[in-house]
Amino acid sequence: MSSAIPVGDSHSEDHHDLGFIRTYIFSTDHKMIAKQFLVTSLLFLALGGMLAAMIRWQLGFPGQPLPFNLGAILPDTMAPGGIILPEFYNSLVTMHATFMVFFALMPLMAGVFGNLLIPLQIGADDMAFPRINMLSFWITPVAGAIMLASFFVEGGAAGAGWTSYAPLSTSGEWTGVYLGQILWLVSLIVLGFSSITGALNYVTTVIAMRAPGMTWFRIPLATWSLFVTAWLLLLAIPILTGGLILLLLDQTIGTAFFRPEGSGEPLMWQHIFWFFGHPEVYILILPAMGFVSEVIANRSRKPVFGYHSMVVAIVAIAFLGWVVWGHHMFQSGMNPFLGMSFMATTVVIAVPSAIKTFNWIGTLWKGDIHFDTPLLHAVSFVALFVIGGLSGIFLASAPVDIYLHDTYFIVAHLHYVLVGGSLFGIFAGITFWYPKMFGRMMNETLGKLHWGVSFIAYNLAFFPMHNLGVQGMMRRIYDPNQYEFLQSLQSTNTFISKSVFVFVSVQVLFAINFFWSMRKGKKAGDNPWDSNGLEWACPSPPPHGNFAEIPIVHRGPYEYSYPGREQDFWPQNEAPVESFGASTKPEHKPGE
Amino acid sequence: MSDAVLATIDRTPEPGMGVFNKKLGMWVFLLSEVMFFTSLIGSYIILRYAHPDHFAAPGELLNVNLTAANTFLLICSSVSMVKAFAAIQQGDLKGLQRWLLVTILMGTAFVSVQAYEYIMLSHEGFLPGLADYTAHAGGPLYGATFYVMTGFHGAHVSLGVLALIFVYIRALRGEYTVADHEGVEVIGLYWHFVDLVWIILFTIVYLI
Repeated sequence: MSSAIPVGDSHSEDHHDLGFIRTYIFSTDHKMIAKQFLVTSLLFLALGGMLAAMIRWQLGFPGQPLPFNLGAILPDTMAPGGIILPEFYNSLVTMHATFMVFFALMPLMAGVFGNLLIPLQIGADDMAFPRINMLSFWITPVAGAIMLASFFVEGGAAGAGWTSYAPLSTSGEWTGVYLGQILWLVSLIVLGFSSITGALNYVTTVIAMRAPGMTWFRIPLATWSLFVTAWLLLLAIPILTGGLILLLLDQTIGTAFFRPEGSGEPLMWQHIFWFFGHPEVYILILPAMGFVSEVIANRSRKPVFGYHSMVVAIVAIAFLGWVVWGHHMFQSGMNPFLGMSFMATTVVIAVPSAIKTFNWIGTLWKGDIHFDTPLLHAVSFVALFVIGGLSGIFLASAPVDIYLHDTYFIVAHLHYVLVGGSLFGIFAGITFWYPKMFGRMMNETLGKLHWGVSFIAYNLAFFPMHNLGVQGMMRRIYDPNQYEFLQSLQSTNTFISKSVFVFVSVQVLFAINFFWSMRKGKKAGDNPWDSNGLEWACPSPPPHGNFAEIPIVHRGPYEYSYPGREQDFWPQNEAPVESFGASTKPEHKPGE
Repeated sequence: MSDAVLATIDRTPEPGMGVFNKKLGMWVFLLSEVMFFTSLIGSYIILRYAHPDHFAAPGELLNVNLTAANTFLLICSSVSMVKAFAAIQQGDLKGLQRWLLVTILMGTAFVSVQAYEYIMLSHEGFLPGLADYTAHAGGPLYGATFYVMTGFHGAHVSLGVLALIFVYIRALRGEYTVADHEGVEVIGLYWHFVDLVWIILFTIVYLI
């Protein structure tokens, strides 16, 4: 009862053995590229976590030597006698954010899931430009190596914050970092090419390579969010590249774009950076929203509540993301009238965000909820994203932001969105699509343990930061105890640090589960979650070329518990029985 | 499933934008290029409005006549690119080769004139760096913005010339036909884009 069309031997040339190098290293297969991105970005995630732990050591136990005799490993320019130097602390906060944003979260979302899901969910055999796709991956380790090298040069790694505000970043006179800052700029310029080549592939693939019947409003929400994210990458990254080039010229050949001593405009850097930076924020959250929508619908065995409004909300968030950048700059000396309009546009984003949140709750409502690891991560995403979104409203209103700007309140807010939101969304995605990637299930007990400890430790670590911020603790401060009014917060800081250590350590459970399940996990089968998407209509893991026959799509992706059907799911490619005499691609019925 | 049902199934793939993938990919890529030049041109506009004293009047320092001639050359190279594409659409391989060569030569000439202009200007002390600044019309921001914008455009023209040489070699080998000349069309799009950027740059840097 298959409605697919035999493709004949058009893929037979793909099926010969490509050898080790073409299969695992210089592969053009989108699924292998996704796995390459997965392994490298998880390594960078681990590195970023270790840097975070060192930051928290300094804040939790200021002036005490690092544990486990780490001081013996680190050179005296970083931590003599194991005590972190202020200059090294600056590098730590800068590089923690840089690695997490550019080398962990962005590749985990766009690189891993963009590559894995887009061709599979739309029924394509690969990306539109497989070789450009390979290039997109291989730029990442090169950029990562340049960034890592900056730790080992004289002056250490960049220390002007991940935002690299001018004039702090224009000259080593201020930070003591010379070559490190230049390497930081070069690395991000190089990495930009990875994002742009990847995004250009995703956009072209989604527009041009959808299977018959895969109309725009039958595309699963994960692919929708990745498609919109690709547009943001495509249009925002070149702005950053332009700004980075100008800053690099200021650093190297001595131009004065951002240097006040040559009549340059330091504030212009902030405008350029945040004009990129706010779309970037949505690059980091939209894909997670897509994964979570898929997981919640599947694990509640219900159609996504308001599929069309979900799509419209994704597009609306992405569009509004371009006109809100000034809310990062209320305190910068920008015209207050401009601040007011930025405040208004920012608050408007709450509307599509709330639509999505209520739709997730509506999807869960009265569903046949299966409490397994992907769902637990997905629901945690919703809960923590709401907290992060609400603290965002505080920061969006200029009068409140004047008080909270650059305090730990913003640290709490951005970690609720980027860890509670993005990272839990990524965990939902990895645990949900792991069987498709590797053909085996992840261990459920280990998975639940990892989720439970992570969720508790995460909240114990980041919730008290709101309080620290309201009491005035500064965002990137090396030792808050230098101010008498912050000394009473030390016990909170110590508590936060201990919670962070638990949160970071428990990720080892995930790593064990990840690698153990690859060899020893239960065999998954094609469709372990009884799901509807086309990605589940091909073997796990899918072979080169994905589908033996081009799938034909007959309905939307969320037909769970359809009334009158025996099965509680209805794959997109399953032919309708009553198709005699009529085309199986009838007039499109939205949300059918 | 019976053959009758199979026969009714619509097998046409979903319509994309009605163009082949490489062309769509180039359009999408050019959008990101638009944003890249927007960041450079936007910075120039901001700096020029903030510090009008740093920027000289048109023709005071820059040789407008020379660059106008150079602009004309680049526009002509867009025309010859169109001629090359039109030739292969008719299956005229010789015409394709001839017009590609003309385009390559004009592109090379454009970059050469630009290099000559840079050398002349640097001899007059017009340099991008703050430390190198010697008194000339305008201030240090003038040189910095001028060299960044025209320099990145020149780099794009140079890359375009290299890509055209690649296409030209393939044309000499007879690898393009009436039915298959996607490469010519895609490089043509890029070339027209670079031409368009120059018309904007010429206007705002040299004329206004």
